[in-house]
Amino acid sequence: MKKIEAIIKPFKLDEVKDALNKVGVKGITVSEVKGFGRQKGHTELYRGAEYVVDFLPKIKLEIVASDDMVTQIVETIEVAGKTGKIGDGKIFVVPVEEAVRIRTGQRGGEAL
Amino acid sequence: MDGTVASRKKIMTQTSLTVALLLGLPALGWAEEAESVLSAADTAWMLISTALVLFMTPGLALFYGGMVRKKNVLGTMMHSFFAMALIPVLWMVAGYSLAFGTDIGHVIGGLDYLFLRGIRPDDLNGSTYPHLIFVAFQGMFAVITPALVAGAYAERIKFISYALFTGLWLFLVYVPICHWVWGSGGWLYEKGALDFAGGTVVHMSAGFSALAFAIVLGKRRGYGTTNMSPHNLSLTLTGVGILWFGWFGFNAGSALAANATAGLAFLTTFLAPAAAGLSWAIAEWTRTGKPTALGVSSGIVAGLVVITPAAGFVGPGSAVIMGLLAGVVCYGAVWLKTPLGYDDSLDAFGVHGVGGMLGALLTGVFASWAGWGDPVESLLFHTDLGAALSQFLVQVTSVVATAAYSTVVTLGILFLVRALVGLRVADQQELEGLDLTQHGEANYHF
Repeated sequence: MKKIEAIIKPFKLDEVKDALNKVGVKGITVSEVKGFGRQKGHTELYRGAEYVVDFLPKIKLEIVASDDMVTQIVETIEVAGKTGKIGDGKIFVVPVEEAVRIRTGQRGGEAL
Repeated sequence: MDGTVASRKKIMTQTSLTVALLLGLPALGWAEEAESVLSAADTAWMLISTALVLFMTPGLALFYGGMVRKKNVLGTMMHSFFAMALIPVLWMVAGYSLAFGTDIGHVIGGLDYLFLRGIRPDDLNGSTYPHLIFVAFQGMFAVITPALVAGAYAERIKFISYALFTGLWLFLVYVPICHWVWGSGGWLYEKGALDFAGGTVVHMSAGFSALAFAIVLGKRRGYGTTNMSPHNLSLTLTGVGILWFGWFGFNAGSALAANATAGLAFLTTFLAPAAAGLSWAIAEWTRTGKPTALGVSSGIVAGLVVITPAAGFVGPGSAVIMGLLAGVVCYGAVWLKTPLGYDDSLDAFGVHGVGGMLGALLTGVFASWAGWGDPVESLLFHTDLGAALSQFLVQVTSVVATAAYSTVVTLGILFLVRALVGLRVADQQELEGLDLTQHGEANYHF
């Protein structure tokens, strides 16, 4: 089992989610995050008080999947989440030790 | 009656006096002991105006609340809401009496109305609506004025210090100035200072006190390096909408009658803020490339402030010009903070202090309508240039007196309060925020 963590641009969420549905992904967790990489921030001006805001809003997706699904999921996110401009985001794959379905107590692959 | 010269003279005198009395009826009541008659229209209008002015304080709470960081939103709104709890009581006990009671030495009112004693509900006090309504109407002004000062000490004041300061400030700053300008016998009133609804009494007093407060208190921790941007400008905009709506009561209600002057004040209160919002937006657009929501709404407030002393005295064209000027001048004034190095966090001085001062002076330039019955001479509309210059000088006097007195007495109150209970929250509390540390509350639970 692996967890796929993807940081994407917020407006790409619907597109990515639809694409993942099409390849059979059943569950996703989404959070609103802030971050920066190479994309520059912006300046905000409030009545003479100027603030340089480095952090940009992003969406983080987390999907836990069986090993055989990982490559397809990563490619799907890569394609759907791309605009070609700086700030498109990143995808990370990390190993998962255990998964549990709380309602039934199922463990491992059956919990996914 | 016999036919002597003396008795004919007596009849003449009696007749003239009666005629004069009848002609004088529409004039402002509190100086007269004349028999007056209740006007249902005036009473209804004054009741509505009073409620409108009260509504401005929650509007102010939203205006300020949206501009602070989310950890301080409740604390900031408390500075308005607690004032709504504290001030009416103090006003009833002694505030009204000291402001509008029988004059003592041209500087303060007497204690004749302590606890509002002796005022029956049906007493008109020479006006055309009940005296108690006037008490309430003026009381609403007394509530909002100290709440304006909160802009200077946002995000770092200790609550007990705020409460003590507010109570003392009401009696030591607001009430005396109110008496000078609006109380019969007050020295500025006697000089004929023109302040229709409180350019000096409300906005300058609050604005200059705010400046003094900001300087004594010091800047917020991290000012200049930390992001202190407004956490919810939609609250701020909503607040401005409510303020504008309520301000119709503040200004047009200050005509103290449902009459032409009220109508004029209503219109100028419509036009000046519009013009000011426009000019602030254009100034900002030109300077930085983008007009902002905060800018337009602040411009509107600046226009409301500038027209406050002039609302029932100036024509619509003048109102527009005053608004256009206020938008630009106050926009400049808020930029002054940075080079001058004080943290007037929510621009109480930049908007209310500067705007009030501009309005009070421009009233001496543009006044053309006798708002309260006496003829008015201004630099642009006069029959006698000498009189106009005199009037302008009176305006200058009222501005200087208000600014100086507010500043000096506020400094005194601050030093007293600081010695008694301190002023600022501890550094750690400032970091955690006022909501949690001063009130044990949080507005947003993630």
